[in-house]
Amino acid sequence: MPDDVKNKAGLLERLQFIDRRYIFIFIALAVIIPLLLGLRFEEEPSPIVLALYDKIDEMPPGSRLLMSFDYGPTTAPEIQPMVDVILRHACLKDLKVYLMAVWATGQSLTVQTVEQVLMPEFPDYEYGIDYVNLGYKAGNQGLIRVIVDDMKRMYSTDANGTDIEEIPIMKQVSSLKDMDLIVSFGGGFPGIKEWILFAGDPGGIPVGGACTAVSAPQLYPYYPNQMVGLLGGIKGAAEYESHVLNTYPEAFAKTPTPGMNMMVAQMVAHIVIMLFIVFGNVMYFMYRGKERKLTLEK
Amino acid sequence: MNPKTIKWIIFVIVLSAIVLSVYFVSLDRGSFRDGVFVTTAAFLTLFIMSFLYKDNPYYKFAEHLFVGVSAAYWMTMGFWGTMVPNLVAKLWPGSVRGVLPALADKDPSLWFLIPLFLGIVLLMRLSPKGGWISRWALAFIVGTTAGLNLIRYLRSDFIQQVNNTILPLVDKTEAGISFWGSFSNIFIFVGVLCGLVYFFFSKEHKGFFGGAARIGILVLMLTFGAGFGYTVMARISLLAGRMTYLFGDWLGLIK
Repeated sequence: MPDDVKNKAGLLERLQFIDRRYIFIFIALAVIIPLLLGLRFEEEPSPIVLALYDKIDEMPPGSRLLMSFDYGPTTAPEIQPMVDVILRHACLKDLKVYLMAVWATGQSLTVQTVEQVLMPEFPDYEYGIDYVNLGYKAGNQGLIRVIVDDMKRMYSTDANGTDIEEIPIMKQVSSLKDMDLIVSFGGGFPGIKEWILFAGDPGGIPVGGACTAVSAPQLYPYYPNQMVGLLGGIKGAAEYESHVLNTYPEAFAKTPTPGMNMMVAQMVAHIVIMLFIVFGNVMYFMYRGKERKLTLEK
Repeated sequence: MNPKTIKWIIFVIVLSAIVLSVYFVSLDRGSFRDGVFVTTAAFLTLFIMSFLYKDNPYYKFAEHLFVGVSAAYWMTMGFWGTMVPNLVAKLWPGSVRGVLPALADKDPSLWFLIPLFLGIVLLMRLSPKGGWISRWALAFIVGTTAGLNLIRYLRSDFIQQVNNTILPLVDKTEAGISFWGSFSNIFIFVGVLCGLVYFFFSKEHKGFFGGAARIGILVLMLTFGAGFGYTVMARISLLAGRMTYLFGDWLGLIK
């Protein structure tokens, strides 16, 4: 707003040209305050989240779950809570967990998840027997297409360089068809869609997903025929955390619930955004009304 | 900004980073080394966020660092995660004894000379005179990717999606007719049909056809609205994630 106009302008005119940085401050406060207060609300799981939960919960001990880390640090705040809660649920159900990544950035996040969640919380889980980290391989959908038929053609070693033939958990697996469930964490390319198209549909393998909120609307059409269930954004994470907490209160009482905590910040920020939208529109119509009145008077 | 001011700001940043690293150690959250890493990451976050105020050299520094580190990371992961175990170890197993001893005694597979040849040919793009040779490898990549995608997209993204849309308009359950199930199925059916009508431009959008096209626009609006809402949620989540890092992992104010 030019200075000469600013000096003459009334409140309505000034609010028309409010600096966007004030809005940033409001949004920042709306997010920071609930996080500092550590609030969390219970969430009712939606059918699409419940479907994935039920699938994992009904898998008998020893079933094989493949978790693909198809994301990077840029989306980790959204995806990581879903990874953590599903991994905890899988370990609680005593499933065999296979970790891999079709994104290069996924490999370091796999290691981080194992070190921060699996090893401290499930010390009985033994590497090579109960879980394995296959690491990252390039090739995108081409990689998935190959391992649907032959896992060892692409994976000659695990992420640590151990011969795949020497890893006990890998002796039961020759291809992706031996998996009881695949869960892809991501939302970009390659991601859940590629897992459905190149593994789930042709191999008849159940595929579930946990994705960023941005990509959730594009993935909903695959449910329920082509996808077991989907966790869409932090809302999906919060619903899953809440449901797991209600079902297994003893096991999950002390585990962190970042999804549920972030949903409170999310809710407050959304209210602030909605208020700004209403406020902006009211100011706009008042300003227009005032302008029209001035024109009529002239 | 004059060079003297920049020097002062850098000095203040380094000094506060050291102080905050010591504070990190005092909270029993890790070693001084961990403190330096966490504080550096926190400062880089603040540098990036400073763009919200206005463009500045600190934002540019963090941005360039991110781009450089990402490129190097992907290249290194591709080399050690794929090239070495899936190409070098297949052709010359003995050469990887130092890094992948498990593969050193395997039999070599000469079939992998073909991808090696195509890989070298692809790099010919860098040669001023022999750049055209790279088209062979590129043609191979384009051909296989197109072939692979065509079949899968046609089956899973087209035929299967059409199949997903053909739903019973009256949803019968064991308890009787489900109102919301039927409503949902009718909504999907009508929405898809009207959405398709909107994109049919061979007939003028008038009368009944025009009405269907208008409903199609409404359905598209609803889709874009849902998409926008989800995008806002995603961005707020990312902000919440960074704030959790700054106030929790770094300053220890969130337990």
